[in-house]
Amino acid sequence: MTGNSSLATKQHTLAQHTLTQQLSPLHQLREKAPMFIAVLFGVTIYASICNQFVPQDSIFYVSTYSITLLGKYLCFALLALAVDIVWGYCGILSLGHGAFFALGGYAMGMYLMRQIGDRGVYGHPELPDFMVFLNWQELPWYWQGFDQFWFAMLMVALIPGLLAFVFGFLAFRSRVAGVYLSIMTQALTYALMLAFFRNEMGFGGNNGLTDFKDILGFDLQQDQTRIALFITTAIILAIAYCASVMIMGSKLGRVIIAIRDAEDRSRFLGYKTEIYKVWLFVFSAVIAAIAGALYVPQVGIINPGEFSPLNSIEIVVWVAVGGRGTLYGAVIGALLVNYAKTRFTAIMPEAWLFALGALFVSVTVFLPQGIAGVLKENNWLRRLTQRTAQPAGGQA
Amino acid sequence: MSMLDNMRETMRRDQVWNFLQPPSVAVNVDKQILLYIENLSVSFDGFKAISDLNLYINDGELRCLIGANGAGKTTLMDIVTGKTTPDTGSVFFGQNINLLGKTEAEIANLGIGRKFQKPTVFEAQTVYANLELALAYNKSILPTLIASLNGEQRDRIDEVLNIIGLREQRAMIAGALSHGQKQWLEIGMLLIADPRLLLVDEPVAGMTAQETERTAELLTSLAGDHTVVVVEHDMEFVRSIARTVTVLHQGSVLAEGSMQDVQNNPDVIEVYLGESH
Repeated sequence: MTGNSSLATKQHTLAQHTLTQQLSPLHQLREKAPMFIAVLFGVTIYASICNQFVPQDSIFYVSTYSITLLGKYLCFALLALAVDIVWGYCGILSLGHGAFFALGGYAMGMYLMRQIGDRGVYGHPELPDFMVFLNWQELPWYWQGFDQFWFAMLMVALIPGLLAFVFGFLAFRSRVAGVYLSIMTQALTYALMLAFFRNEMGFGGNNGLTDFKDILGFDLQQDQTRIALFITTAIILAIAYCASVMIMGSKLGRVIIAIRDAEDRSRFLGYKTEIYKVWLFVFSAVIAAIAGALYVPQVGIINPGEFSPLNSIEIVVWVAVGGRGTLYGAVIGALLVNYAKTRFTAIMPEAWLFALGALFVSVTVFLPQGIAGVLKENNWLRRLTQRTAQPAGGQA
Repeated sequence: MSMLDNMRETMRRDQVWNFLQPPSVAVNVDKQILLYIENLSVSFDGFKAISDLNLYINDGELRCLIGANGAGKTTLMDIVTGKTTPDTGSVFFGQNINLLGKTEAEIANLGIGRKFQKPTVFEAQTVYANLELALAYNKSILPTLIASLNGEQRDRIDEVLNIIGLREQRAMIAGALSHGQKQWLEIGMLLIADPRLLLVDEPVAGMTAQETERTAELLTSLAGDHTVVVVEHDMEFVRSIARTVTVLHQGSVLAEGSMQDVQNNPDVIEVYLGESH
């Protein structure tokens, strides 16, 4: 009898230990990040080496075109991560994250524009080509400072962050939620699109910003610069992923999930839910903006089309396909759907939208948890890591 | 006329102006009354949910509110917890804290806990995490980001797990609990913050007889240290716990007293008990 009870206490303390451990953000990071980072950097480094050191006629050669494409996919993955943070964890279905992405892209584009200097078609030392074309005499005030890299990077985070704060503050304080919020975010990105289409805005109208030459003094057309941008994107994706895992694994993350599942309950427990939502929205918007800033130098153009409501809806489809509320699911979804898009638009461009629609419908019907849900259900990897991670726990 | 009223309200001699009050004050219960509800009225689209209601809850008592559907019980709780703003009237927590104009979160942090009619717990998280979220601590965003459980808090969670009898289920996802267990978990989430006032809306709805009995025991044991206000339809349950019962009818108090008095009150027999007997 005494033996039994002491065994029970022992089991109790053991279970207690794992229970509290699960609540620690560092534990979550150890559990979820290594695999993700290993795969991400494995592919990144492999592709970079194969591009630089493998001869062009070898089957292992990775073309610079592919490197740029991969870099672009990673930007989209970062963007999907941003949407998953608000949608998957807090239930805020934002159909306007493309706006933050594009704003970040524009801030980077303005820096790249200023870097052109007098190498433009019109050869004006200060004004970008489109301003000379429009007979503008001097640089508008809001273009000042963008010749400095640090200032441009600050604006990449600050402008979208501020917009998200103001929008979020007004919306969440008035307790706008659900489909109404989604419609408002659509309206936000649509309004910005219309505004950026206007030539008078001073952002290049419908042509946007393009014809970039170099970034931080490195030629954008060079293979090495492209690889550096690709690797930078991978590093930032890894950092954003780890930061998100830690935030979602902390008590803050649990409050956010609590707000998603029962907002009233959280409020009556003393959490100011609107403040939580606003800051999460800002965090997510800044990640989306950084993704946009990394995207622009790699594709070489930013135009108002990026604000189009359709783009924002597409991001939501990536996250839904990958699986909400898992972070890695969003990344997988973004990579897969965009790869499919690249292949599809090459083979039969007209069919792509139908394929995307079919994908979304079939995922919603057959895989409500997305690809991450399938991985979770029969995860031999997880079983393997669990067996090695807790040999003591297995016996109890 | 309304200007005169405003003037009077501003110049009240028994109150200190809001901006002169220190930011956080301990609740003052010198008169042994914890909750003052006076001349309260609220209407939704012309329907008077609460009309000129006066109610005083003593410190440390267990009070039952009964009344037919639409008598204003849940609306009353909504007003006290800050979800609904009344048209007129005043709600004071102790003698010194005006609850009107405060948000739900502020009121919760003053020590007023509320259990919903439908059990509401965080279904995607474990029982343990549910209780962790309900602990009393600084609930603003940065302290929450870096919060980790200390020994005292762990002991507190264990203590509450024992009280609500969910020790075995603590690693379970809350969504997998039975209806009755969810009710208890929600009560536990209120208890863990050690609130001054507990507002409990239909705690035994959907419970088995045995579960109901245990809930009655739990609530009676809480009274004294905490003040408990229970809204309940189950007359058997009310009879088993109540010392003082308040009967609401059409948004105001119809009768108040011991169960015995209330049952023999002719008005009550007519409008409420009369229907069920």
